[in-house]
Amino acid sequence: MPLASPEALAKKIVSSVQEYSLLSARAVADLFSTPRYIADTYTQMDSIGFGSLPIVILTGFFTGCVLALQAAVTLKEFGAVNMTGRLVSLSMVKELGPVLTGLMVSGRNTSGMASELGSMKVSEQIDAMRALGTDPVRKLVAPRLVASVVMLFFLTIIADACGMAGGAAVSVILLRLNAGAFLHSSYMALQYGDIVEGLVKPLFSGFIIATVGCYYGLKTTGGTRGVGQSTTQAVVVSSVFIILVDFLVTQLMIGIFGR
Amino acid sequence: MAEFLSEATIKERLDAGVPIVEFDHVSMRFDANEVLRSVSFKVAHGETRVILGPAGVGKSVLMKLANGLLMPDSGEVRVLGRSLNEMNESEMFAMRAHVGMVFQESALFDSINVEDNVAYRLEEEHVPPAEIHARVVEALQFVELEKAIAKFPPELSGGMRRRVSIARAIVSRPQLILYDSPTGGLDPITSTTIIELVVKQRDVSHTTSLLITHRLQDAFTLATHHFDQQTGHMEPIPDGGIDPGTKFLVINEGRVVFDGTTQELVRSDDPWLKAYLS
Ligand SMILES: Nc1ncnc2c1ncn2[C@@H]1O[C@H](COP(=O)(O)OP(=O)(O)OP(=O)(O)O)[C@@H](O)[C@H]1O
Ligand SMILES: [Mg+2]
Repeated sequence: MPLASPEALAKKIVSSVQEYSLLSARAVADLFSTPRYIADTYTQMDSIGFGSLPIVILTGFFTGCVLALQAAVTLKEFGAVNMTGRLVSLSMVKELGPVLTGLMVSGRNTSGMASELGSMKVSEQIDAMRALGTDPVRKLVAPRLVASVVMLFFLTIIADACGMAGGAAVSVILLRLNAGAFLHSSYMALQYGDIVEGLVKPLFSGFIIATVGCYYGLKTTGGTRGVGQSTTQAVVVSSVFIILVDFLVTQLMIGIFGR
Repeated sequence: MAEFLSEATIKERLDAGVPIVEFDHVSMRFDANEVLRSVSFKVAHGETRVILGPAGVGKSVLMKLANGLLMPDSGEVRVLGRSLNEMNESEMFAMRAHVGMVFQESALFDSINVEDNVAYRLEEEHVPPAEIHARVVEALQFVELEKAIAKFPPELSGGMRRRVSIARAIVSRPQLILYDSPTGGLDPITSTTIIELVVKQRDVSHTTSLLITHRLQDAFTLATHHFDQQTGHMEPIPDGGIDPGTKFLVINEGRVVFDGTTQELVRSDDPWLKAYLS
């Protein structure tokens, strides 16, 4: 690969950011005018939401298990093993639930969207769609956007619940803690701000997953090899974005709720 | 949805002899690759325009320009007298409702079956389901593929995909059909079947069309045959006659090297054209 000059590289980055923003803005604007593709939205909800259920449940559950184990080791030194529930619930709801769900769904669906739209692009199906009078942003991007935002919200709640269950299971079975005490301390630890923080994050991740996946899919060129490349790039970019935005939202929430 | 032109205006313009498609000094480049240089031509109502030229000269690009899938770097493309440069996105989609397009690689939607592929545009236009089904069956009968109605595109052969693609283009009864290499890469028998379909569409529905082909033979078949509705087959025009509505456009190195009728083409004494045609 020839080395690009810094100027050309900067231009390329700026124009990508511009195209990406334009696509996202158009997808959002399309939600407010007809025609809307409701059936496509349901199909996407099924594939993104229901399809991701197994991995989200499994990651959530085992993350909760690991959290409880790790927390207990440290807390034991301070004689505070019964604080395990508190630690599990706070970490799960505020941070690990949203981020891990985001990353898992990103790995599964960003790649799916980028490769599906990418294949459609290189086989001229996107052009065919335009030739048949359909706006591909409306038909393909907007339903995916709605579906990922809505579904990621619920998937995160499920992941949080599974994480708590995992934490409780480990605490009761392996650490011989009292189940009631575990659940009580995890429940009492959570405040309003924590829940808001944990439920705002998936909205952003859902937006990132759909827009990045579709953006890379729609700008694919260069045949099947190009499809592979855009898929990889889409997953990398969306994962990094999810973590970056997680950091920014956390900062913001600390500013608002003071914790 | 925005309107392109009202039905009345379209009829008025057709009667007044406004060209269906008009290229006015159109130039197009991809980075350093200058594909079309100041291309101008007109396609009148009812005409079948055969576009010839070596591989990679920009025939497909020209066809996408005609449908607004690509925008020219300079010059103007006019459809029914309206410049595509001046249209906004939704007017453009409305304009495309009058145009059917057969892509070089068919470009069928491979996640839906043949019926839904052909029905796609009618469903977008919210035609009642019973009527959609009837028209899809009719279009598939036209291309003699009604048996494949429930199949998915990946299960079809190249020639069948091409024919489904033709059915998808004609089902909405467009004013203009763009055929991009409908016979490319097919055996002579299937090619003849497809050319017969084009002739049938031309002589039965009198639709204006642009057709790209690599096979000169197909081009001359188009010019010298007509569709006999009695026998239901394509037949040579008697006494060596030539279809007056079939005209040619030859492109080389980004420029129009020939624009005219069949007789003018065979009588041309341009050395490059002679070499290309022989
Ligand atoms: N999207 C694109 N990006 C960059 N270059 C392109 C693009 N589309 C076409 N080209 C270039 O434009 C030129 C003409 O391409 P086009 O597909 O129109 O050729 P063609 O005349 O249809 O050839 P063929 O007869 O083989 O189908 C080629 O050099 C091609 O590389
Ligand atoms: Mg071509």
